[in-house]
Amino acid sequence: MHSGVSASGHGHARLQHHFDDLEQQREASTFGMWVFLCTEILFFGGLFTTYVVYRQRFHGVFAQASRDLNVVWGGTNTAVLICSSLTMALAIWSAQINRRKLVVLFVLITMAFGLTFLGIKTVEYKEKFDHHLVPGPHFHYVCPPGEPCHPEQAEVFFSLYFCMTGLHALHMIVGVGLLSYLLVPSWQGRYTSDWHNPLECIGLYWHFVDIVWIFLFPLLYLIGAH
Amino acid sequence: MSSTMAEPAHAAHTPSRKPYFLTCAFLLVMTLITYVVAKFDLGPLNDIVALSIAVLKATAVVLFFMHVRHSSNLTKLTVVSGFLWLAIMIFVTMSDYWTRGWLDTFASGR
Repeated sequence: MHSGVSASGHGHARLQHHFDDLEQQREASTFGMWVFLCTEILFFGGLFTTYVVYRQRFHGVFAQASRDLNVVWGGTNTAVLICSSLTMALAIWSAQINRRKLVVLFVLITMAFGLTFLGIKTVEYKEKFDHHLVPGPHFHYVCPPGEPCHPEQAEVFFSLYFCMTGLHALHMIVGVGLLSYLLVPSWQGRYTSDWHNPLECIGLYWHFVDIVWIFLFPLLYLIGAH
Repeated sequence: MSSTMAEPAHAAHTPSRKPYFLTCAFLLVMTLITYVVAKFDLGPLNDIVALSIAVLKATAVVLFFMHVRHSSNLTKLTVVSGFLWLAIMIFVTMSDYWTRGWLDTFASGR
């Protein structure tokens, strides 16, 4: 720290001129990020509301169609995302204790978890293409024998599956991109106990995407398990 | 007065990683529980249990991973309002869909 920099961060290199001190700057960026996340809640919320409407209308067929999703892949991806949230939190913790290389390491591990998630998602999507479960002209749903058969309702389920997991996967791709943007400044030791707002805000985004999946997993994969 | 305003959590003491590991373990155990419970046919309870566990998990992520536990009241209010608007959207939409059948009942009774 330079001499003449007070405890509240006056004169700190990372302090923008329009803030009184680092704490106020941190508070403003956290607040701004949460306001953005509120719009994200409603963005995904539209899809969740659509899901709830059709789930109560096509209750049985949704459970039936859900059995075509691979619970093992879905569960694995849930665990992968939870672990990635842990390493994201540990990246911020590393900045708080001024361990530059640990920050880089944990950001890299978080990215690796994110890419693992996307890899598993790709395998799942390919399975659905192979089984003609992608809504559109090639959609062909084979009803389980002896059960009510409504392929058009099953198509609604798979439309929602692809919209919801697709939008989620898009957020994961953006998240991995944002994390890669953190790598160079992390390596340069920019994020310290005094200031690590970008790390914190991108962390909030990453955890939010985790929360979306926490709801997607039971709603899409588990409703037909029994 | 909130202690977070007086002394930022990261500057006041050496932060602990223990809560993060505990949160992670909690989330993994809850994932296992929700998977096992889904195997049993509990009727309408299945959806309720699955969603309750999801809400518990989300709350843990928000409070511990997202540091809202130590955040200012302004941030807490913003978080709550975000989920409140989502609840309003779903509730108002469903109050329409759930009650549509009632209209037919009233019409045929006349």
